[in-house]
Amino acid sequence: MEKLFQKISLSSATLVLVLLLGIFTTLFISAKPAVEAFGLQFITDQRWNQEIPLIESSDTVIEDSDDAIIADEDDEDMILDEDDEEDAATKTVFGGLVPIIGTLLSTLIALLFAMPIAMGIAVFLAEIASKNISKFVGMAIELLAAIPSIIFGMWGLYYFAPLIADTFGGYQVSLLTAGLVLGVMILPFMAAVTRDSMNTTPDVLKESAYALGATKFEVVKDIIFPYSKTGIIGSIILALGRALGETMAVAFLIGAVYSLPDKITDPTISIPVAMAVNFGEASGLGESALFYLGLILFVMSFAVISFAKFYFLKRGNA
Amino acid sequence: MPVMKIKNFSFTYAGVEAPSLKNITLPIEKNQITALIGPSGCGKSTLLRSMNRIHDLYPGNKYDGKINLLDLETGKYNNILAIKKENEFIQLRQQVGMIFQKPTPFPMSIFDNVAYGLKIAGIKNKTELSDRVEASLKGSALWKEVHDRLGKSAMGLSGGQQQRLCIARAVAVKPEVLLFDEPTSALDPISTGAIEELIVELKKDVSIAIVTHNMQQASRISDYTAFMYLGDLIEYDKTENIFLNPKEKRTEDYITGRFG
Ligand SMILES: Nc1ncnc2c1ncn2[C@@H]1O[C@H](COP(=O)(O)OP(=O)(O)OP(=O)(O)O)[C@@H](O)[C@H]1O
Ligand SMILES: [Mg+2]
Repeated sequence: MEKLFQKISLSSATLVLVLLLGIFTTLFISAKPAVEAFGLQFITDQRWNQEIPLIESSDTVIEDSDDAIIADEDDEDMILDEDDEEDAATKTVFGGLVPIIGTLLSTLIALLFAMPIAMGIAVFLAEIASKNISKFVGMAIELLAAIPSIIFGMWGLYYFAPLIADTFGGYQVSLLTAGLVLGVMILPFMAAVTRDSMNTTPDVLKESAYALGATKFEVVKDIIFPYSKTGIIGSIILALGRALGETMAVAFLIGAVYSLPDKITDPTISIPVAMAVNFGEASGLGESALFYLGLILFVMSFAVISFAKFYFLKRGNA
Repeated sequence: MPVMKIKNFSFTYAGVEAPSLKNITLPIEKNQITALIGPSGCGKSTLLRSMNRIHDLYPGNKYDGKINLLDLETGKYNNILAIKKENEFIQLRQQVGMIFQKPTPFPMSIFDNVAYGLKIAGIKNKTELSDRVEASLKGSALWKEVHDRLGKSAMGLSGGQQQRLCIARAVAVKPEVLLFDEPTSALDPISTGAIEELIVELKKDVSIAIVTHNMQQASRISDYTAFMYLGDLIEYDKTENIFLNPKEKRTEDYITGRFG
């Protein structure tokens, strides 16, 4: 019985690893044409789906394989006869800079917006509010965390976006709108987890500080925050992971245009949105470029989560 | 002369019908050690925690009677049960410090632990801070063991060292009264001995009230002993009288181990 149980749990654990590797491999294989065509320059290139004459852009083309040269999107393996179509020879370039920047900036705005508010809510719930209020508000916040993201997207588009445009000027759908709604989305989770870790601070520890003449503010700042630091940082990193990958809410709000924003009130696009919006009609190198974007997002999220995990592990053993 | 005069004091926890302390009248003598003894649940901690009003961190408790604290500067007594404002609470807790059953080092360095009370009291001068930290650590017999690692986390100390650190931290703010709630019950005999010595040493500077379940400890270190039972103060006297010829039958039964 014991043996069987061990085997089952071992194979489930292996399955997870296989899945992870499998997803990575599939992503990589599908992204490979784009990776070969654009290399790491993909990350710094802001052109998406732009046709450019072959000759002028020779600097980016020369070392590339024939895969990069597409005349007809339906057949990426077709090799052009350059002698016949010298003037008409063009290639389409894809660069990931705009969605990468869009993802990073919208996540950053979300974090900057959500963090102080989440901390404030957590302090209120853990230390200031009476038990009943804390329970009630805490429950409301947990419910808020359960709202599907598409609802946040619709709410953001109809009520929040006009408000933002009125207050800050600029477009209704923009980096700022997307970032702020993203912030609202990750806020409940952050607040709830932060409150939970603050609640792990032993009462005697707080009482010891009060018994030295500390004020509530000093107890929060000097005792509770340092004590629950690990949990708080963990909640921020997990929220970051969620914000990086969020698709639906952002798709409604970021504008989905491939241009670098000059101001934060400009529309742009993020990686998940680029993938969701373009997959339908993408094919050939375009499709592969989307997979390349996916790969980058995968690596970004993976890095964030593993950082969080290692951080926890290190702290846990100390 | 008592530093604290508890008069007809009753205490009821929030949401509880019956009072946990009933009509307690008891002095805490200046520069003496007063031990509070009695069976579990008799209200020793409740009484101790009333003396710096740490109870007030949790709302809804009811106080009755008076607890008068001597103001060393003016020689007058102030009723600490009348305190309502936060700055008065802060002042009270700087005058009446508390050490708990389990050591409670803060998540910071050894130095910062001891300096904490001073810093929040507004002392910023670096030399004054380090002088007083050193003096408190020496006074708590911890200096020799930690002087070369003041910057290290206090969590790395042993249980006994942590408890002495907590005492140093409480002593640093120069309180009038120190309240100890079973300060050695989580410690080994050697650490317990060190803490007992330290407490006796401290009474030169502060008045002490200590809750203990250890009869030997009470008789070894205290000058006065109060025996409590089910929320009542049964007997209060010089420690030798309580242990050698108690007036109450229940006191005698308790200290001879017949119940409790
Ligand atoms: N927070 C509380 N709310 C309600 N009742 C409480 C609370 N804390 C303690 N009591 C009750 O008050 C009475 C006195 O408790 P207290 O902790 O003062 O006892 P004690 O003498 O310190 O006991 P011990 O030796 O076990 O520490 C007990 O009956 C206890 O159940
Ligand atoms: Mg107790």
